Amino acid sequence: MDRKQLINRLAEFLPAQSIIHEQEALRPYECDGLPAYRQLPLLAVLPDTIEQVQQVMRVCHDMQVPVVARGAATGLSGGALPLSDGVLLGLSKFSRIIEINKQARTARVQPGVRNLAISEAAKKYELYYAPDPSSQIACTIGGNVAENSGGVHCLKYGLTVHNVMEVTVITPQGELLTIGGAALDTPGFDLLALMNGSEGMLGIVVEVLVKLLPIPTRAQVMMAAFDDIEKAADSVGAIIAEGIIPAGLEMMDSLAIQAAEDFVKAGYPVDARAILLCELDGTNEEVSVQIKQVRELLQASGATEVRTARDEEERELFWKGRKAAFPAVGRMSPDYYCMDGTVPRSRLSEVLTGISKLSEVYDLPVANVFHAGDGNLHPLILYNANNPGELKRAEDFGAEILELSVKVGGTITGEHGVGYEKVHQMCVQFSEPELEQFRAVKKAFDPQLMLNPGKAIPQPKSCSEHKTIGGHQH
Amino acid sequence: MKAQDFTEQLQQQVQQAIDSKQPVKITGSGSKAFYGRETEGDELDVFAHQGIINYQPKELVVSVRSGTRLVDLNAVLAEKGQMLAFEPPAFGEGATIGGTIACGFSGPRRAAAGSARDFVLGTRIINGRGELLRFGGEVMKNVAGYDVSRLMVGAMGTLGVLMDISMKTIPQPFEEITLQRECTYQQAIERMNELAGIDLPVSATFFDGLNLYVRLSGAAPAVEAGEKRIGGERSDNNTIWQNICEHQHAFFSQDKALWRLSVPSDADYFELPGKQCIEWGGALRWLVSDADPSVVRSAAERAGGSAILFRGGDRQGEVFHPLAAGMKTLHKNLKQSFDPDGIFNPGRMYGEF
Ligand SMILES: Cc1cc2nc3c(=O)[nH]c(=O)nc-3n(C[C@H](O)[C@H](O)[C@H](O)COP(=O)(O)OP(=O)(O)OC[C@H]3O[C@@H](n4cnc5c(N)ncnc54)[C@H](O)[C@@H]3O)c2cc1C
Repeated sequence: MDRKQLINRLAEFLPAQSIIHEQEALRPYECDGLPAYRQLPLLAVLPDTIEQVQQVMRVCHDMQVPVVARGAATGLSGGALPLSDGVLLGLSKFSRIIEINKQARTARVQPGVRNLAISEAAKKYELYYAPDPSSQIACTIGGNVAENSGGVHCLKYGLTVHNVMEVTVITPQGELLTIGGAALDTPGFDLLALMNGSEGMLGIVVEVLVKLLPIPTRAQVMMAAFDDIEKAADSVGAIIAEGIIPAGLEMMDSLAIQAAEDFVKAGYPVDARAILLCELDGTNEEVSVQIKQVRELLQASGATEVRTARDEEERELFWKGRKAAFPAVGRMSPDYYCMDGTVPRSRLSEVLTGISKLSEVYDLPVANVFHAGDGNLHPLILYNANNPGELKRAEDFGAEILELSVKVGGTITGEHGVGYEKVHQMCVQFSEPELEQFRAVKKAFDPQLMLNPGKAIPQPKSCSEHKTIGGHQH
Repeated sequence: MKAQDFTEQLQQQVQQAIDSKQPVKITGSGSKAFYGRETEGDELDVFAHQGIINYQPKELVVSVRSGTRLVDLNAVLAEKGQMLAFEPPAFGEGATIGGTIACGFSGPRRAAAGSARDFVLGTRIINGRGELLRFGGEVMKNVAGYDVSRLMVGAMGTLGVLMDISMKTIPQPFEEITLQRECTYQQAIERMNELAGIDLPVSATFFDGLNLYVRLSGAAPAVEAGEKRIGGERSDNNTIWQNICEHQHAFFSQDKALWRLSVPSDADYFELPGKQCIEWGGALRWLVSDADPSVVRSAAERAGGSAILFRGGDRQGEVFHPLAAGMKTLHKNLKQSFDPDGIFNPGRMYGEF
């Protein structure tokens, strides 16, 4: 393929500054939030109209050049990792909130709009957008749709897939499709479910209609400290068994507590083995009833201390510590590697024990931060890439954690996506016919495999080449 | 309920159908035979494939075989103080969970809590190559691979045979009351949207043409505070939601075609020949009418939505809303990718596949 010719054809409709092709200028695009994997793209384009995206897709389709979409590149699985022979399609210029409909409680936004910006804009109508990934100040809604992102509030309010009503997508052939709609049901198959979490492999999202919710009258967060991580894990089940669905239910282990405390001074008890953050929200009356119940349950579960945030300021501080946990751990070590397995809650303590054993075997420390309410673990493996062999050791350690998650009935990824990183672990979770069905779905949208090829779904035969530990069980 | 696993038998039957290229009509109890288009084919009976595979109340997860009757499943959940959040209608004693999910049916709680697809976590299916495949799982969050489980919801069995289904459950509310007040159609729509924009424990709304009904669910003090704020009379009609859900309400006992119009919740009231009632915060308009299908469909489209000929009328013509050209191609490609020989429920959803 002729790079020069490609640039010329793109220049027919894109201004020069929207086509990036010099090596140094391409450098910022070489990785996403998982910098262990880097690759310069053939070139990058930054269109700012839907028509331009369509034209880019048509030209690339015509010249058989693969395309990788990119939002804010906060992804943690190498989903937006460029291809050396592919165009990187940046959507950062699509940053406009098109409309907020107060009456219907929806927001129509462009894909490059930051997650938090939606709630900020909706605030004056006393509405907000519920899914709140910890990266919400930076990540885009287009990226959220592609990853089906979660957040600390998804136990009660669901994931991106539960909060998106419609997406406008550009097909690999450059056609525009509307999937979903402003009504609750739309005709045909539930293609919206397929688009959420499709990792930029089924279409380019160029517009999104999201659902907004009324801001809860009251939100109260409680922090419980435990001298034993198992007790903390059990208290999670106890709360849910009581018929209470907290808005958020997050857990951190001692290494993560210390890191967060050093970084943001959230007021966490640094001598605790685990803390649990439990947020209750809703009407004033509902919250009052639940706070009392949860406090009693936490105490009965053996919490050494239960504290309710005194005011909004302290509530924000408690959350700040949690939301800053990744960068906080990042300060303790030159590099860290974040895993994302989800396990049934009842297997939580078993898996944590397994992880700490593996930590000894691989001789790498690990800090645990997780969405305890939905069993989504984020073990952060600390390593130093400058030490020969350490990255490889961290990767192998991570792979074993994921295989352990699958073994106890969980999954290799709860919210960060498979991307480039976990594509081989897909072979652990899925059988060959299942993978083949995924490939068939991909071909239904993208027969020539032009969109983000090589990510998320392992290529045919690649599983037998990368024999992994464990096995597939039905 | 008799727990029994018919996976092997069903897989064999599907294989035979593939080998002989004989289409099958996937059937549970037949309670939803009225829905979708009429189809031909040998019956593939999943009713015997019954039983709860795994129920973990603390995990809020239940996995069941598709032939499990909805009444049985509901009873098992109720014993632990839980329920299916989407409050699905059964439309018959024998209704199975498989049929419910294949039709994608949700009940009164849908606008507040979410739909059937929102609560499906995983499925095991037999595809049109006779393979037994598992997608999703029993955990709340799972983004490994495309979300094929949710794709199955509402696909009318055209993409595969649903074998096992894992769903998220929710706790039953502690308290539930219904309020009612007289108003017009347009007022009802506006009020429904207004209430949804305020932090209130509203779990269902219904307008029958005369009265707006609002159901509140939650902790007792929250429900009472909501009552004060919303006003209106407390209704002692405790069966109203069940009746709406199951179409046993008087509105549904009319001798004409029943249309289901799905529109944006804030779409203004639009008149059509026949009678209408409203659910789901304004987003669902039921119409009993003998109007020409094209009249109903274009009215729904003008309002930004679509229409399904839900019950009655011509079941050989198109009953679901027509697809836009690009979407039609995509549907055919997907059908092909799951069921290359067109074995499963051909024509049940759209005439073309
Ligand atoms: C500190 C930190 C904390 C995080 N916390 C969370 C968390 O709590 N929960 C969570 O779920 N994730 C979390 N993440 C991961 C990440 O923020 C999310 O995956 C996010 O949705 C990615 O958005 P992005 O705009 O950065 O997408 P990118 O990283 O740019 O892209 C991600 C994927 O989406 C595709 N894509 C992007 N835009 C489009 C589009 N318009 N159309 C089609 N495909 C597109 C890309 O090709 C790629 O495959 C965290 C990341 C960091 C760094």
